[in-house]
Amino acid sequence: MTNTLRQTIVAQLEDKPGVLNRVTSLLRRRNYNIISLNVGRTHEPGISRMTLVLEGSDDEAGRITANLYKLVNVLSVQNLTHTQNVSRDLSLIKVRATAATRSAILELAEVFRARVVDLGSEALTLEVTGSQEKLDGLLPMLEPFGLLEMVQTGTVVMRRGPTSLVSQTLRPLAAE
Amino acid sequence: MTTASPYLSPTPPAGAAPSSATETPSETLTGSELIWATLAREGVDTVFGYPGGAIMPTYDMLPRYPSIRHILVRHEQCAAHMADGYARASGRVGVAIATSGPGATNLVTAIATAMMDSIPMVCITGQVPSALLGSDAFQEIDITGITLPITKHNYLVTRAEDIVPTLREAFYVARSGRPGPVLVDITKDAQQAQATVTWSDAPVRLPGYRPERGPLVKELEQALTLLQHAQRPLILAGHGVVESAATSALLEFVRRTDIPVACTLLGLGGFPASHEHNLGMMGMHGEAWVNQAIQEADLLVAVGMRFDDRVTGNVKNYAKGAKKIHIELDPAEINKVVKVDVALVGDARAILSQLNPHVTETHHPAWRARIDQLKGDAAVRDIKSLPDYGKLYAPHVIHDLWQLTEGKALIVTDVGQHQMWEAQYYKHDYPRKLLTSGGLGTMGFALPAAIGARFACPGEEIWVICGDGGFQMTAAELSTCAQENIKLNIAIINNGFLGMVRQWQQMFYDRRYVATPIKSPDFVKLAEAHELLGLRVTRRSEIADAVAAARASAVTTLVDFRVDAEDSVYPMVPAGANLDEMIRRPLPEPPPTTSKPETGAGQ
Ligand SMILES: Cc1ncc(C[n+]2csc(CCOP(=O)(O)OP(=O)(O)O)c2C)c(N)n1
Ligand SMILES: [Mg+2]
Repeated sequence: MTNTLRQTIVAQLEDKPGVLNRVTSLLRRRNYNIISLNVGRTHEPGISRMTLVLEGSDDEAGRITANLYKLVNVLSVQNLTHTQNVSRDLSLIKVRATAATRSAILELAEVFRARVVDLGSEALTLEVTGSQEKLDGLLPMLEPFGLLEMVQTGTVVMRRGPTSLVSQTLRPLAAE
Repeated sequence: MTTASPYLSPTPPAGAAPSSATETPSETLTGSELIWATLAREGVDTVFGYPGGAIMPTYDMLPRYPSIRHILVRHEQCAAHMADGYARASGRVGVAIATSGPGATNLVTAIATAMMDSIPMVCITGQVPSALLGSDAFQEIDITGITLPITKHNYLVTRAEDIVPTLREAFYVARSGRPGPVLVDITKDAQQAQATVTWSDAPVRLPGYRPERGPLVKELEQALTLLQHAQRPLILAGHGVVESAATSALLEFVRRTDIPVACTLLGLGGFPASHEHNLGMMGMHGEAWVNQAIQEADLLVAVGMRFDDRVTGNVKNYAKGAKKIHIELDPAEINKVVKVDVALVGDARAILSQLNPHVTETHHPAWRARIDQLKGDAAVRDIKSLPDYGKLYAPHVIHDLWQLTEGKALIVTDVGQHQMWEAQYYKHDYPRKLLTSGGLGTMGFALPAAIGARFACPGEEIWVICGDGGFQMTAAELSTCAQENIKLNIAIINNGFLGMVRQWQQMFYDRRYVATPIKSPDFVKLAEAHELLGLRVTRRSEIADAVAAARASAVTTLVDFRVDAEDSVYPMVPAGANLDEMIRRPLPEPPPTTSKPETGAGQ
């Protein structure tokens, strides 16, 4: 149980100022190092969704989940570490590309299914969608050409199958 | 940091109409009036506070609400300690009020104190006008940011129309579930603006907050099975027993199961001290036999307690042979410190009442005999049984006070040696009769908390038991006692030291008493300077008269007990040691012989 692994926790939050601050304050207090944190609105007005990825044991993840749930503005929390999920990261990678190196980079992009979203005489920008592993494979290959900038959205996760975490969140409210 | 609830419609869904809700016609008032009107509707009769610029509009409206009594404190920290003491003594939400900036920051220690001990409290602070937020305006401080980790929840209100729903929410959050402090920061313009409200008693609904829980039948069955098979079971009764008023359910549970009970510091009184199954306090300064019994137990039934490190000692070797049932309202406490076998998440009284009809009546004569055996020579070592040789010992003071008040006084302690001696020697038979800062261990708590308790329990005899160090932290509140005609009895256990720290220096720092000798003013004169009664006691034979004089006096009476300077609290589990590795009180020495020269060589 004390094994450290990548924990993925999803929470539905009230879409209000200050809520993200409450969540991160809780994580800061216990000194957890966040690998990625993604927050955005959902199709349900007033509800935003947070996906948190961090290193930790199942025990630690359980404690984070329980403490997140205690926050008044947190509507629901699920640990998706051990469920069947679809998980995506989107990255933009700007790499130096001259006439001499461009075709080699484009070949790499092809292999990793990266899309070219900006192209200039000195540099090009790739968009990569997928898992962290795919990115970890691509980055070292691009390194020799000159990596200029990289940005990531953080992981977003959904359970496979028909379950909806949002409607699970709303159901107890409607039943009250 | 958020205003009340725009999420989902504030009107209850169809079919869930609150039947008891009474609606009155709407009225238009200023935000300031709305604050008091909401407090009055919440049943608040006393608030503790201190005015200043950003809260002046609200103070200006106070006279219009005569059902609310305001107590002017001498420091905002004390306002919140008073609200805390009021809440601990009554179970109702305590209310403190302060201005922005320094008024708000002065509340911080007391809010943290309430947070650590799960005390329902609402703190209202004034804030600079909303247009100035974030501009470093005069006396602007981000108090919702500062108190984020030490409140159960907090709010920044910038519009008059949000005041009523936010305050209602604040009271609901403070008192429901695992209680805690809630802070509501209200900008000056929101206090001054007008808003129209339609009063409603409809229950507050918060989409992300569902404090009511109960265990599954399967979990209850698992607990019953463990109970049935236990040979050496022990109940650990904590603050949750007091908070959920579970005393009678626990008594019934004990009657059926014949299981002995140990209490945490905040659990004292939750189970009667004089009950034959009561073993006493556990933990760092708990009874030696209690800690030993915990280590030998094969089942712990923890009720409303959180396995604090002062209770477990070294967790790795804590009750290793015991299965654990944890009855606890807050799911975040489950498996936090100690892994448990069965977790029953919910209200302690409700769960005990659910279990009671199903527990098989059991008897544990062998186990109870074993615990008696564990008491061993404890009685001989107990200072209570030792002669005083003309000295005044703090345990004697507290023991005698317990006898003289027949164990019925409401005691408010500060933090230090005297606090532990109180826990050991004042036997509490009733809940909410010991108010003490457990989780944060805040010196200076006692006097203001007792003032708060005074308003919660007007008829009761209250004794403050406080160290000479801690008393000086909030002694200015004597002036509040005088101004408001508050009658308290104050026992200062005056040892001339920051005694508990001195004790650690003695035991773990080779007796280097750095920064622990402390000079005090003449406490008798200090009382007299406030037109209160001051008395001094220097020997045990004087205790009874002083207590009688204090009880007879109509004004707050302070008794300066000049106790032995270097006595220590025993037994003691050093921080981080195993629970059964206790330092015991040395066995009594023979009385000093008068024939020996005072400054004998070779000593
Ligand atoms: C606000 C605060 N500061 C420091 C401490 C650390 N501390 C714990 S007990 C203690 C000594 C208390 O001395 P006194 O009030 O005289 O009580 P005694 O231990 O002598 O009975 C101190 C300094 C604390 N608990 N609270
Ligand atoms: Mg002292």
